[in-house]
Amino acid sequence: MINNVLIEMRDITKTFPGVVALDHAQLTLRKGEIHALMGENGAGKSTIIKCLTGVYERDSGEVHMEGVEGNIYNHSTMDAQNIGIATVYQEVNLCPNLSVAENLFIGREPKTKLGTVDWKTMNRKARKIMDDLDIPIDVTKTLDNYSLAIQQMIAIARAVDMDCRVLILDEPTSSLDDNEVEKLFKLMTDLKNKGVGILFVTHFLEQVYAVCDRITVMRNGTFVGDYSVQELPRVKLVAAMLGKDFDDLAAIKAEGHSSFSDEVVVEAEELSHKGTIKPFNFKIHKGEVVGVTGLLGSGRSEMVRCIYGADKPTGGKLSMHGKELKAKAPIDSIRAGMGYLPDDRKADGCIGELSVRENIILALQARNGVFKRIPIKEQNRIADEFIKMLQIKTASRETPINQLSGGNQQKVILARWLCTHPDFLILDEPTRGIDIGTKTEFQKLVLEFAKQGMSVIFISSEIEEMIRTCTRMCVMRDGQKVGEISSEEGAMTQQAVMGAIAGGEK
Amino acid sequence: MTGKLKTLTKNQLFLPFAMMVLVLLINLIKSPDFFAINIQNGVLYGRLIDILNRGSEIAILAVGQTLVVAVSAGTDISVGSVMSLTACGTCMLLAGYGVNSTTTLAVPLVVGLLFGLVLAMCCGAFNGFLVSKLNIQPMVATLILFTAARAIGLLLCNNQITYIRYEPYKYFGNFIPGCPVPTAIFITVVVVAIVMLFLKKTAMGLYIQSVGINKKAARISGLNSSNICFMCYLICGLCAGIAGIVASSRIYSADSNNIGRNYELDSILAVALGGNSLGGGRFNMAGSIIGAYTIQAITVTLLAMGVSTDQAPVVKAIIVVLIVTAQAPAFKAFLAERKAKKLVQENETQKKEAA
Ligand SMILES: Nc1ncnc2c1ncn2[C@@H]1O[C@H](COP(=O)(O)OP(=O)(O)OP(=O)(O)O)[C@@H](O)[C@H]1O
Ligand SMILES: [Mg+2]
Repeated sequence: MINNVLIEMRDITKTFPGVVALDHAQLTLRKGEIHALMGENGAGKSTIIKCLTGVYERDSGEVHMEGVEGNIYNHSTMDAQNIGIATVYQEVNLCPNLSVAENLFIGREPKTKLGTVDWKTMNRKARKIMDDLDIPIDVTKTLDNYSLAIQQMIAIARAVDMDCRVLILDEPTSSLDDNEVEKLFKLMTDLKNKGVGILFVTHFLEQVYAVCDRITVMRNGTFVGDYSVQELPRVKLVAAMLGKDFDDLAAIKAEGHSSFSDEVVVEAEELSHKGTIKPFNFKIHKGEVVGVTGLLGSGRSEMVRCIYGADKPTGGKLSMHGKELKAKAPIDSIRAGMGYLPDDRKADGCIGELSVRENIILALQARNGVFKRIPIKEQNRIADEFIKMLQIKTASRETPINQLSGGNQQKVILARWLCTHPDFLILDEPTRGIDIGTKTEFQKLVLEFAKQGMSVIFISSEIEEMIRTCTRMCVMRDGQKVGEISSEEGAMTQQAVMGAIAGGEK
Repeated sequence: MTGKLKTLTKNQLFLPFAMMVLVLLINLIKSPDFFAINIQNGVLYGRLIDILNRGSEIAILAVGQTLVVAVSAGTDISVGSVMSLTACGTCMLLAGYGVNSTTTLAVPLVVGLLFGLVLAMCCGAFNGFLVSKLNIQPMVATLILFTAARAIGLLLCNNQITYIRYEPYKYFGNFIPGCPVPTAIFITVVVVAIVMLFLKKTAMGLYIQSVGINKKAARISGLNSSNICFMCYLICGLCAGIAGIVASSRIYSADSNNIGRNYELDSILAVALGGNSLGGGRFNMAGSIIGAYTIQAITVTLLAMGVSTDQAPVVKAIIVVLIVTAQAPAFKAFLAERKAKKLVQENETQKKEAA
């Protein structure tokens, strides 16, 4: 072994029925470094991590860790924790019905002398952890009270708090915005200086260059290379990931998307939802793309849920195409021509054991009604069309969606809404977990649909992405809409948006 | 050839079919005339016919139970008691309150039957309301009627066993004059056919599975999760009602304490035997039906082997344990793991041989 090496994985192969997920892949992690693991959707990043932490057992290959004798076989995540590997998985896997404190200490609860759980100490410690991260929440409340982003921070806090030598973060930043990312990076740098080796998966290239020391690139389950950050500039990195040259930034330009009509499609007047969203006004025109932005917990997701009727508004009026729309449940909104891609893919999107085909046609079928079953041939056609259009990587259209990689699941849910051809589509973090190549394709697609007359609300924690696609942005703060920024006077710059989000002091 | 065999064993219906064949084989070895069917007194007679006939109640219950398991990842344990209540309600109305034996009906037969079925559907609706609207756990919610329904039935029949000694009432559980096939078999075929057709021709199957797997996501995608769940319980109640009438017609009476006793267990077992996960979601109706007849065959076999009715549940319990283990994720993962490893080894050796 080379000096300083903490973990070495060699020749790792892992097959699932019909799929070779890892084909002689390798990975080397050194002490005190932040190591990026990069690759397209379905490249095998999550799988190699799970082979290391014992979620899956590898078919063949060797794993060595400094200070541990011989070839390591972890049979469960507990084994991995015991030798000092802490992991935050791509899909948050905490318990929604336990309190935040319980989630932080599950499996290692502080005990009283009698051997029972010491709740006081646990809650106090939990409060301290969250305060250190500057996240003021009630740790005794159950986890499902909090947004996905906060859940993700809790998962990270839990992993970091375990005295570990190796920290693995699989797309931890996918639903965080800049402030939280910064907090996370500070945490990571502190740990790194203490000698912890950190493995970091992300699809945000800037983040790689902001904190990482080395990069391992994977493609189709194989190892492409292990580089230092300096020797692999952005363009080269993208080329290594895709296996071809691709200029992700040049691919899309603001093409003067002021071409929407005057026709108002959806209008909200003093719409509100008790407890989460204060009354707001909102208007969107035919063919317009509007962004909604704000800090974590500012209510941007809650606002669109309220418009869609996922949470029934408690006050105000919503009209679509000039007619008042009183949606009792999402189906009414769908019938009126809306679509809504939720931000929490696992909880609100995927129907786990159903096939890719069934997941795609679900909303269309719901709109048609139970008695107008879509003929199976038509279902197959639709599924195939979108698998091709969005380049969904799946063994077949009958593969259960939970066997797809995270990014590919996201594409399936997206297809579910695109195939209903809505007049008005709400996209809450549509590009979460989607790789760099597909992301630009996707932004083009949104603009294309807008040109054809679809109105779109676009939410993203990546401000850059919104500036490129939106004509206007609503700014949210503390559950209240505080303003709008329009692109017309060229006012929509990164700085202007950030200023408006932070509020007051700009 | 091995490929074909593999796809066969992978089929969800393989396990229930194999079980069925196994049970029948055991019987065949023990008594070679097991498959003999002959005609006595103008009706079909034989062990197989007996299994098909007596298995009707379980099969009808299994239809409803399958939907309930799929949609709510829980079981309706009240079906046996609802059978009993239906029988009591029907007989009470047909005989008149307080009468314990009658040869003439107080109300037309149809009215009595409809009343029984409506009672059963009310039970289904009650269960459905508790589970889908109040979010009570299925087991707990249906526990209420599990204990109460039988008691209500007893009240309706004034604490007696009400006999309906009116010939046509016996038809449902026995024979229609001139027809050699037991009527219960026809009733089962009709119930199963209607439900299967409904599932095949509409999108209900997709709806039920979606709600069973992730009801939050199903709602956002435009399904009315709680109504779909409610409907499954309603259908389950109706199925229990139909089974109750068949059971009551067999003994042309309403024996509140014995009709439908332990049938909830058999119906749940049928669902599990059919290769369906009791964790909800994906389901296969055909599997449950085969499972139902397999259970009846097991019961008949046990009785034939001299195991008493009281001890038969022990054997069934063992079967449940085996099935649940075979379905456990840990066990499945273990099998998949072994298979994948084997595959890789084969690949490696092939590569070596090629080199
Ligand atoms: N449990 C499973 N069963 C079958 N196939 C699987 C399973 N898990 C992963 N795969 C397959 O393995 C491949 C690699 O998936 P993996 O989740 O590692 O991708 P990833 O690099 O993490 O992608 P993403 O960026 O989208 O998260 C995919 O083709 C996926 O379909
Ligand atoms: Mg992944």
